[in-house]
Amino acid sequence: MTIRTARPNRGQRFRPRTHCLKKLDATVVEMQDPKNGVKGSEQKLNVTTIPHAIAGANIIAWISNKMKTTTEEAQVFGTMLVAYGYIYPLQNHRKLVMCNDSSLYRFQTPYFWPTQQWVPEDSDYAIYLAKRNIRKKGMLEPYEQVDYNHLHEWLNHKWDFIVMQATEQYKAGRDRNKADRVVFDCQERAFWIVNRPPRRTHSALDVGPERLINPNVEEKITFDQYRRVNIFYQQAIMRSKVKSSVSLGALVKYITSYKNHDAFLAPCLPSNPWETDHDAYWTLNMRRVDVPTKMRVERWSFSLFELLTDLRGRDDFKVFLKKEFSGENLAFWEAAEELKWGTASSMSAKAETIFKTFLAPGAPRWINIDGRTMGLTVKGLEHPHRYVLEAAQTHVFMLMKKDTFFRYLKSPTYKEIQKKALSPEAHNFSAAQLEENARNRSAGIHPIILWQQEEEEKAKAAAASAPVDVKAVMSKIDRKK
Amino acid sequence: MRSPLIPEMATQEVQLNETLAHLKTESETLKTKLEEERAKLHDVELHQVAEKVEALGQFVMKTRRTLKGHGNKVLCMDWCKDKRRIVSSSQDGKVIVWDAFTTNKEHAVTMPCTWVMACAYAPSGCAVACGGLDNKCSVYPLSLDKNENLAAKKKSVAMHTNYLSACSFTNSDMQILTSSGDGTCALWDVESGQLLQSFHGHAADVLCLDLAPSETGNTFVSGGCDKKANVWDMRSGQCIQSFETHESDINSVRYYPSGDAFASGSDDATCRLYDLRADREVAIYSKESIIFGVSSVDFSLSGRLLFGGYNDYTINVWDVLKGTRVSILFGHENRVSTLRVSPDGTAFCTGSWDHTLRIWA
Repeated sequence: MTIRTARPNRGQRFRPRTHCLKKLDATVVEMQDPKNGVKGSEQKLNVTTIPHAIAGANIIAWISNKMKTTTEEAQVFGTMLVAYGYIYPLQNHRKLVMCNDSSLYRFQTPYFWPTQQWVPEDSDYAIYLAKRNIRKKGMLEPYEQVDYNHLHEWLNHKWDFIVMQATEQYKAGRDRNKADRVVFDCQERAFWIVNRPPRRTHSALDVGPERLINPNVEEKITFDQYRRVNIFYQQAIMRSKVKSSVSLGALVKYITSYKNHDAFLAPCLPSNPWETDHDAYWTLNMRRVDVPTKMRVERWSFSLFELLTDLRGRDDFKVFLKKEFSGENLAFWEAAEELKWGTASSMSAKAETIFKTFLAPGAPRWINIDGRTMGLTVKGLEHPHRYVLEAAQTHVFMLMKKDTFFRYLKSPTYKEIQKKALSPEAHNFSAAQLEENARNRSAGIHPIILWQQEEEEKAKAAAASAPVDVKAVMSKIDRKK
Repeated sequence: MRSPLIPEMATQEVQLNETLAHLKTESETLKTKLEEERAKLHDVELHQVAEKVEALGQFVMKTRRTLKGHGNKVLCMDWCKDKRRIVSSSQDGKVIVWDAFTTNKEHAVTMPCTWVMACAYAPSGCAVACGGLDNKCSVYPLSLDKNENLAAKKKSVAMHTNYLSACSFTNSDMQILTSSGDGTCALWDVESGQLLQSFHGHAADVLCLDLAPSETGNTFVSGGCDKKANVWDMRSGQCIQSFETHESDINSVRYYPSGDAFASGSDDATCRLYDLRADREVAIYSKESIIFGVSSVDFSLSGRLLFGGYNDYTINVWDVLKGTRVSILFGHENRVSTLRVSPDGTAFCTGSWDHTLRIWA
């Protein structure tokens, strides 16, 4: 079963989406200028002489000159002119591309340009096909025959009208002289190839599903909408903004920090897998490597966010925190993340566990946050929702960011991993080796398997670091005494 | 005898019109004031700040893989976090999961609708989401068993009143953010299909969205046919910032890697960069010779390069800081409909209406 939504009014041709058409119109008019336009001439094609035929190479040269671009870009522009139906090919009429050689093209008559105010309807197409059928049976190409049969079924109720129109047009056509008729036929055929492209033809007017808004309709903004927009503007005016020099400076700083980590700007060590077909780069940077690479370790130092997002970095951070006996902040942050991004059904259970482990008075992993935040959070937990821990989580994150993170960077843990980190040598494959690599591309490990492994590891880690019930230990000690 | 109510109604209508006109003027005044406030803090242009930054060298980017297998226009693609697998969807309803490195097709699903305009890979790598003209977003858990029929385990998550234009998982497999032709965006719980939050504010079809990569991870940006790019707070459902400088539909929005800015690509043939902290547009990436719309944009890992897929079958690479075009790539035989940089920035993938996907590096 195929589901299709109803096609709305086709006010689409005049919409800003065909923003480019005004410029195309202007360019095509210039191209036809007798003095400065593209040089054309009469060409003999089979037995007929075609006036005003132009070679692809000439068009491309003209475009290249006018728009001051390279030949390749000019060819792209030329192809678009053909794809939109401003110019049509005389030889291979189904392939809507501009070739940079002596292939012949003609300018389409403005009547058939895509900007004209009439949209080619299915009934117009039916009339066209019917007319050709009248002229000579069996003249339709296979795809046109299929379309014709389909339209005959679909527009059956109008078929008499369609045949009448087709006959009229056919008779009118017979009254023209031969040369004009040939030209008009070419133009009309080109128009329909662009508007009803056969299967392997790429036409630029084939734009996909309609967008729902009709840009030609003046939007009536209601009372409520104005009220809402005004409130929005007022809030926007009140919101604190940063000076451009500051925020743009930050953008530049980010780029500078990450410059060497960007595979498009600096070489990827040992090599970019896509270039050499060797996946060492990915194997060296997997989630659970014993020894990470130097670049990876350097990236951890850029921000706490980087350190935590890279799970290998987070592991290292945890090692440090364990030594400092201050793992509860990170544990709370992780638990809050799980709450935020978890399923809706698991929320109350998670909220309760978090409260018992981190927030309750005397909790085994009690986090040290200010009284006000604690109060708000505990109150919120009475009716837990996804963002109930937001305030506490932000507070904890800030603590880690401003204090713990910097101590980590100066710690022996980090310095040790920095020393141990690998600095792989750049690959230097010969042509033969590269071919070998291409033949033996490694399949890697499927993400589902990695995920299962991760879940196992997490379960093991959770069991190992179950919170020490201090009270139980204390009372045990008391009883011993 | 005339009804005594009519004169009153007439007065009420006159009053309503006056208030409407009054609101309209107020709206315009506020808009001007906002522009003034923004301008006060605008003390430097991006290219001025960029003067001290060294210029980029020459680029050699080539097609490293061509993925053939779709029988019709490729509409959307997404990378898996393992940096080598991708999911792609096409006009004929097929959704394919590839290992782009080996070019093997690993899974294929046939949707019951055509024009699957949105697809996304789950962060765990264990599922994919997709949707389009069926107005829904469905999640398909993937399986290691090649013979398993994935459609059997399909889960219908999102339900909109018109076509689905984009979807994205949040930080886990449990929530999906969607945007639709019905003008709204929505956040859904995957397990139950429950609507968690809806986002209203666009006046027309919403075509694209992107989640913020920041430590708080609570915002996302969307772009629509009303030429607006809106930044939303996921917690409250409120629009917190809005930018309206494009001249036509916004086809694609993507955050700058630091989360402090975002880029947009539109049918008006320009890409623009918006700074969220300064609350303004800071750069326009355009050229006289580029007149066809941008369908898709993405940043390189450092944020220095902006890749744009265009409707004239090309890919333009822009220097984000200096505003110049550094490279143009040819190869596709029909419009480039989707473009994404891989998670580790080693390559980017483009999908096109010429039925193929290409990996460039």
